[in-house]
Amino acid sequence: MQQTQKGQIQKGKRNIRLALEVIDATVRFNMASERIDNLKEYFVKLVKRQLMFQEFLALQHINFSVKKGESWGIIGTNGSGKSTLLKLICGIMKPYEGSVITNGSIAPLIELGAGFDGDLTARENIFLNGAVLGYSRHYMQENFNRIVDFAELHDFLDMPIKNYSSGMAARLGFSIATVVQPDILIVDEVLSVGDFAFQQKCERRMREMLDGGVTLLFVSHSIDTVKSLCKYALWLERGQVKGCGRAQEICDAYMQSLMENHS
Amino acid sequence: MMQLLKARAETFLQYRHLIRELVIKDIKLKYRRSFLGYFWSILNPLMIMAIMVIVFSNMFRFDIENFPVYLIIGQTLFNFLTESTTQSIFSITGNAALLKKTYVPKYAFTLSKVTSSLINLLFSLGAMVIVFLFCRVRFTFLFLWIPFILLQVYLFCLGLGLFLAQAAVFFRDVQYIYNAVTTAWMYLTPLFYPIETLPEYLRQMIMVYNPLYNYIFQFRMVVMYGSFPDAATILSGVMFAVFSVLIGSWCFLNTQDQFILYI
Repeated sequence: MQQTQKGQIQKGKRNIRLALEVIDATVRFNMASERIDNLKEYFVKLVKRQLMFQEFLALQHINFSVKKGESWGIIGTNGSGKSTLLKLICGIMKPYEGSVITNGSIAPLIELGAGFDGDLTARENIFLNGAVLGYSRHYMQENFNRIVDFAELHDFLDMPIKNYSSGMAARLGFSIATVVQPDILIVDEVLSVGDFAFQQKCERRMREMLDGGVTLLFVSHSIDTVKSLCKYALWLERGQVKGCGRAQEICDAYMQSLMENHS
Repeated sequence: MMQLLKARAETFLQYRHLIRELVIKDIKLKYRRSFLGYFWSILNPLMIMAIMVIVFSNMFRFDIENFPVYLIIGQTLFNFLTESTTQSIFSITGNAALLKKTYVPKYAFTLSKVTSSLINLLFSLGAMVIVFLFCRVRFTFLFLWIPFILLQVYLFCLGLGLFLAQAAVFFRDVQYIYNAVTTAWMYLTPLFYPIETLPEYLRQMIMVYNPLYNYIFQFRMVVMYGSFPDAATILSGVMFAVFSVLIGSWCFLNTQDQFILYI
């Protein structure tokens, strides 16, 4: 809790050494008992006065800040708001209250190959996915070989992606997203697909990027990976910060609480 | 306000590659694995026009000279309107997977759908030229006005598409309602009958309030009657286009932050 307050103090200074800053962010979902997504039902409910809106706060007053070059693991049980926090930082979601400030380019690895079109070949998808990440065709052309080399998919370049296995698609997605050195790398439990050798390779690539000064946000249920890869950790529970600080301590505290809940 | 506009322009510039790639994807996939490929864009309107000409010159007789030319102009513009706007309806909901996983400007999908429809329209201009040659239409300098007509139609459809795309996120039955609207629109636009057959009040209504007829009228003036459309017609055509874009993008930008909660 102490650390959280520290985050608030830094807000006033607007530190340029910060890679990102989340200030008092709250995310609200509308959890209607049943979702109304068509006009007919909307009017029926409106006339019957049954339009109910039930609030659900996925994140509540989150404060935390990350300095450039730091590596943070985000841990917590399912539904604790980890992915929502990452989406907030990527700009996929906007906070209902509070604000999120980021400095520098972001490479989100939230779902590998989210932008792939099954009917296009791998070659065409590389350009499409690069464009989704904001890179030009020219730039992708220059880095094309590096991407294919890393993914080890030379023989399947002209095959439609729909015929790829999920592991192969994930490999391609990872190598496209990490072909540049972004300022902030956001990884959400994506390496669970793919075989062991490739997982190792991805971890190596992430370490290289860390050495190169990238800021890493890493969501994983594998506490050991978090401990080995990250210096700091943020522990979320039911949308609130339960702990924030050195990875070692936070992870231990998290494991402790899991044990207690089980017994 | 200026800053916001500047930020928007910068994002647009950064993601112009994405829009290009999406357009290329649409066009590539449309005719992939079909033997005649892009020729279908020319062949298809020709075949439909031939059938309509046979139907309307034998079963219902309208006194229109150069009926094939009259027909194909209306038919091509109407097809563009329905194709681009119907595709727009699904442009956000259809890319839900991508929008949930990474940040991209959401209008990129709608804009690229309307643009790829425009490129299909340019292909089908080939069919038009064939009909013009066959019916001995005289090519004049007035034809240089045609790109401006197409620009007006494009902007009009873009605005309408943006409006429909955001509406469809919240209410999925917009697609069915719009289907009925386009059917009504088809009969309320003199595509295959002369406007003179309509009662006076309806004729006035269509001439003033039907943007599609305005654009078709401009096109027919230039091609069939060898005269430049009058200033009032052009002015109202431009006004329709500008207001459509303004209203459409205003609605879209105001609701886009909530898309993520509904897709």
